[in-house]
Amino acid sequence: MLSKRIIPCLDVKDGRTVKGVNFVDLRDAGDPVELAAQYAQQGADELVFLDITATHERRKTMIEMVKSVARQLNIPFTIGGGITEIADAEALLNAGADKISINSAAVRNPKLIEELAKAFGVQFVVLAVDTKYVDGKNMVHLNGGRLITELETETWIKQAEDLGAGEILLTSMDHDGTKAGFDCGLLGKINEMINIPIIASGGAGSMDHFTEVFQKANVDAALAASVFHYGEILIPDLKQELKSNNIPVRL
Amino acid sequence: MIGIVNYGAGNIFSLTAALDRLMVGYGMVNTENDLEKYSHIIIPGVGHAGAAMEKLKSTGLVDAIKKLTKPVLGICVGMQLITAHSEEGDADLLNVVPVKTRKFDKLLNIKIPHMGWNAVAHENNPLFLGVEDNAQFYFVHSYFIEYNPTFDIAAASYGLKFSAAIQKDNFYGVQFHPEKSGKAGEQILTNFSNLSL
Repeated sequence: MLSKRIIPCLDVKDGRTVKGVNFVDLRDAGDPVELAAQYAQQGADELVFLDITATHERRKTMIEMVKSVARQLNIPFTIGGGITEIADAEALLNAGADKISINSAAVRNPKLIEELAKAFGVQFVVLAVDTKYVDGKNMVHLNGGRLITELETETWIKQAEDLGAGEILLTSMDHDGTKAGFDCGLLGKINEMINIPIIASGGAGSMDHFTEVFQKANVDAALAASVFHYGEILIPDLKQELKSNNIPVRL
Repeated sequence: MIGIVNYGAGNIFSLTAALDRLMVGYGMVNTENDLEKYSHIIIPGVGHAGAAMEKLKSTGLVDAIKKLTKPVLGICVGMQLITAHSEEGDADLLNVVPVKTRKFDKLLNIKIPHMGWNAVAHENNPLFLGVEDNAQFYFVHSYFIEYNPTFDIAAASYGLKFSAAIQKDNFYGVQFHPEKSGKAGEQILTNFSNLSL
């Protein structure tokens, strides 16, 4: 049986890991390469690196960091942030990234999804979506939640799947940073609509929240940052807890 | 020393990084003469099987690879290439192992691609020496190799039972990515580099 994946997310700025509350107040939580190796050792199934400053400052993701991560890591990892064209993605692939995640660039140019899938395969293309509940609708947001778009989250994700996205990374901006649990309602609804894997993100505060999101929304993976970075949840403990709740995991 | 067939189907940085970590020597195979330089050969591969086969053909190495008597390991699409045929691009492949590569059917109520860690049940095969039965490996693929008890050396389940690893004589193939499958995957690479026929 396919295991449910646990994915620590490392938000990277200037080569250092940071995690803000609701994406604003940034705090320093260490060296990404060292953290990555530690997580792999602890039993993380996969890692996501997001260059959170890349989008609005138009910075390219650091190829050298990707290479040193690939040299040290024996698990798969995804790179996101600042990928706007095929050449960006190709450089990351050649540096050892298993997948890339795109967000704003895909909203501005949906054909990018199709082009990336064609060039590198659907398994390489993760669509990251930041969603916020506004006036009774789930709306896609850009630039770390600063900018609302005209796209409804459900419609956009369906369109992205049709274009060739291989996986969805859905972050609820209403839940992110609150540590009050994942948005199981929306995640479950989206999961029912699509036939590609979905990663839940935003709101993890306790081990129960992970159990809940796998049981209620049946997502394929759950992502979190600060609860892992600050040692509030240890991955081996979390995996044991999930296993005791009959959720398939890799121990 | 391992020779990696360098035919341009996918990125091999992660594979060479894994071999570096394991301190297993390797080099690139670009010509028929290069095949002689190494004791073991790996055929990597990511992407479209039909397209990968075309790229392999354009290297002119197909006949020489089929004649090899030293250990050969195909990884992911590299494994699919040693089968007879793939439904991906309706492509005729190397046909070293007479089995077929088929597409996962979403009617089986599964998500495609099969992406993530899955348990691998294996027989007593030297490639899996020291690997626990039902150890988990990392898979990313939309096409699978049909289960055939004659050539299967390890099986996994995703909607149906399929071959996670196959062998015929000196030719081995693994559907998962050993270079991304933690300690279990590294064990497979070490075992392969130690295989003697």
